[in-house]
Amino acid sequence: MTDFNQAERIQQSLKKRYRAELRFRWYGRLAVGFAMLCLLALFTDIISKGIGAFRTTAISLEVTYDLEQVGVTDLANKDELLYADWDALSKQALRNQFPEVTGRKDKRELYRLVSNATGFELSKALKANPDLVGKTEQIWVLADDDIDTWYKSWLAGNPYEERLTENQIAWLTQLVADQKLNLQFNTRFFTGGDSREPEQAGVRGALMGSLLTLAVTFLLSFPIGIASAIYLEEFAPKNRLTDFIEVNINNLAAVPSIIFGLLGLAIFINFFELPRSAPLIGGLVLSLMTLPTVIITSRAAIKAVPPSIREAAIGLGASQQQVVWHHVLPLAMPGMLTGGIIGMAQALGETAPLLMIGMVAFIVDIPNGVTDPATVLPVQIFLWADSPERAFVEKTSAAIMVLLAFLILMNAAAIYLRKRLEKRW
Amino acid sequence: MQTASLILLLAGFGVLAFVQGRLRSLSIARHAGGIRFLNSLPFYYGLQSLFWTVLPALILLAIWLLFRNSLITTLVINTLPADLMPSNSSEQSLMVSQLHNIAAGALTGDAISVEMLEAADRLTRFERIGRWVISGALLSFVGLGLLLGYRRIQLNLNARVQSEQVVKIILMACASIAIFTTIGIIFSVLFESIQFFKSVSPADFVFGLEWSPQTAIRADQVGSSGLFGAIPLFVGTLLITLIAMVIAVPTGLMSAIYLSEYASKSMRTWIKPALEILAGIPTVVYGFFAALTVAPALRNMGESLGLSVSSESALAAGAVMGIMIIPFISSLADDVITAVPRSLREGSLAMGATQSETILNVVFPAALPGIVGGVLLAVSRAIGETMIVVMAAGLAANLTANPLETVTTVTVQIVTLLTGDQEFDSPKTLAAFALGLMLFVVTLALNFVALHVVKKYREQYD
Repeated sequence: MTDFNQAERIQQSLKKRYRAELRFRWYGRLAVGFAMLCLLALFTDIISKGIGAFRTTAISLEVTYDLEQVGVTDLANKDELLYADWDALSKQALRNQFPEVTGRKDKRELYRLVSNATGFELSKALKANPDLVGKTEQIWVLADDDIDTWYKSWLAGNPYEERLTENQIAWLTQLVADQKLNLQFNTRFFTGGDSREPEQAGVRGALMGSLLTLAVTFLLSFPIGIASAIYLEEFAPKNRLTDFIEVNINNLAAVPSIIFGLLGLAIFINFFELPRSAPLIGGLVLSLMTLPTVIITSRAAIKAVPPSIREAAIGLGASQQQVVWHHVLPLAMPGMLTGGIIGMAQALGETAPLLMIGMVAFIVDIPNGVTDPATVLPVQIFLWADSPERAFVEKTSAAIMVLLAFLILMNAAAIYLRKRLEKRW
Repeated sequence: MQTASLILLLAGFGVLAFVQGRLRSLSIARHAGGIRFLNSLPFYYGLQSLFWTVLPALILLAIWLLFRNSLITTLVINTLPADLMPSNSSEQSLMVSQLHNIAAGALTGDAISVEMLEAADRLTRFERIGRWVISGALLSFVGLGLLLGYRRIQLNLNARVQSEQVVKIILMACASIAIFTTIGIIFSVLFESIQFFKSVSPADFVFGLEWSPQTAIRADQVGSSGLFGAIPLFVGTLLITLIAMVIAVPTGLMSAIYLSEYASKSMRTWIKPALEILAGIPTVVYGFFAALTVAPALRNMGESLGLSVSSESALAAGAVMGIMIIPFISSLADDVITAVPRSLREGSLAMGATQSETILNVVFPAALPGIVGGVLLAVSRAIGETMIVVMAAGLAANLTANPLETVTTVTVQIVTLLTGDQEFDSPKTLAAFALGLMLFVVTLALNFVALHVVKKYREQYD
């Protein structure tokens, strides 16, 4: 009888224990599922918000290149070209398109349909091709960002009309009916610098800034990181100084990045008076920040070289340094490069320290050198995310997509290198 | 000459010196009867010649670059008439930038006094002289180095040992950059913090309950008292960190356990890289996600439940920060869990424990120190995280523990105080450095403890 009871009890407790086991498994599944869901939500959110920015709305206008209208008599006269009223051309074209618009206020609303860069674009076209003078052409001009937002939301079946007047909506509806409004590939987004006008803003300036900053970072942190790793792994005597260096490297790897920004501000800008907002300083700060990563991965790569190689070289009479430079370093190089690329990816996504050293300025020009004022892609994202214009949300998401594309590319390169070049001993 | 062209020139001379040293050693060896009479390989003679030529010049250049600005500034300022002489450092830096602008022709007009024009003239002249002097000095160093390096080359010179010694010193110098970086960080935050604590007492800073760093520009201004009590910032930082940990620790830990103990191999190969992607996303992207998607969503959710959720709530920033930290915790936990020896698990399973009982009662306690260390590292990371909170948390320093309200954090205040216009003697700017000091000390302590715990644990099984 007692035996039976015990068996029953065990059976029941087993059932309970198996249920607990199953529950535990489900907790694990839920946790993994939650993490994956977050990843999915993040990507869907950004792609759905940003995909539209790669296309932009254009309006078809019949433009007459009438020099009298803009107040230019001679195309060779630079001053005249500079002060000419180029917008008059697009304004005239808009008036021709909608002859019924007469009132001052209505006209001003009408002019707001096109981007305020239109005049400049027309002048550029004219300068490139002086034969156009006096001719009439049907061309696509960039629409204003509010029109862009409206058209995209209208295409999606849910027009966003808050920033537009009734008149403007009527005109736009007519343009749509006449097929004079369409979406074109947004080349400006990849070729233009920053702008206060969302429809004119591009990531080229930020991309160049990132490129220059990363170049400085790589040129500094990669050789110095490798040198440090070689010293620590191969030559450093076991003493207090070496221990101190190691403690420092480990701690620097975990110091918040913003602290490096404070360092850059206090030392590089205030003490050495290096130029603010320049990729040079950004690169210096980021290289100090990525140095621990590079050192740690390079040391791992050196450690992975088997001792038999060293011993063989020493056996043939090589000096300690010859062993390192001729054998260990070439064999450890793929691992070090992987570490270097991972460090660069980290630097590419970094924002906070660059805010401290003035890389947040509004910079329209595309930087050409490491001392030109510049901004970088993540900072550009931060700046656009802060802008109140609705159209910048789309731009920001698109810039994030560009940034993520670069990061994925770099990580893929690192994985490829590791798979392709690394030897297993 | 510009610094960049000087460096290029040095590089050119370096190549020249290397080739010259190598050829010289070869020719000496030929006269002696063959290369086997040479003490070292010709490469090392070239290397030594290169070091003689380039290194002294590089050191000179570095020293010059360090002291150039202060030297020229002092020279120019000292020649100014007494009534124009700046009385403090901020006036001086203003005057110097003015002089630079005048010299560059960017600042013109009648308002500029004759003395200033003359000083600007002197500034350009000194700069030009400085460039010539340094170019000349560098070239003579290079020439002397070339000559000395050339003369030193002899059959019995042990060039390999000597140049390897130099290489070793260079390597060591590179390794010590880590020390100098730490020193640089400490000095840069400490000096400005000391300045700050001259005007605000440390006790007021650490224990003060009110934070409003706007200092009065005019004496009679209202509402700009300049209060620097950092408690609201600390509380805000801790609140957001706590929210992040509440999300990240269970999720990260459970996913690490599931991936290392239950998941099939094919699942691991897919999920692990996906988690690494989550770890590789830049924080500014998380900030954007928090500010534009999560915060409005929480707000709408709160509204439908009848709660008032601030649009910059601590919850949104903390939740997204938690998502960011999940992969960090899961990868650290994964490492320590897989480091627990198989024998422990098998012993437990053999006694009839289910897998979850084994994990909870055997693996987890064994891995606990490592997990604690990982969580501490994650906390330090959450405290120092900047972009998410800058974009999604608020600026107003509320002393509250309600996650639905707006709070601000230490890092947000550092960014806000330092990205506007700055003057380096106002407590407002210096306060950022004091906050930076706090941040540095706290994260350093956390890292130190965490690394210590992890290390101690590792010694048990290795």
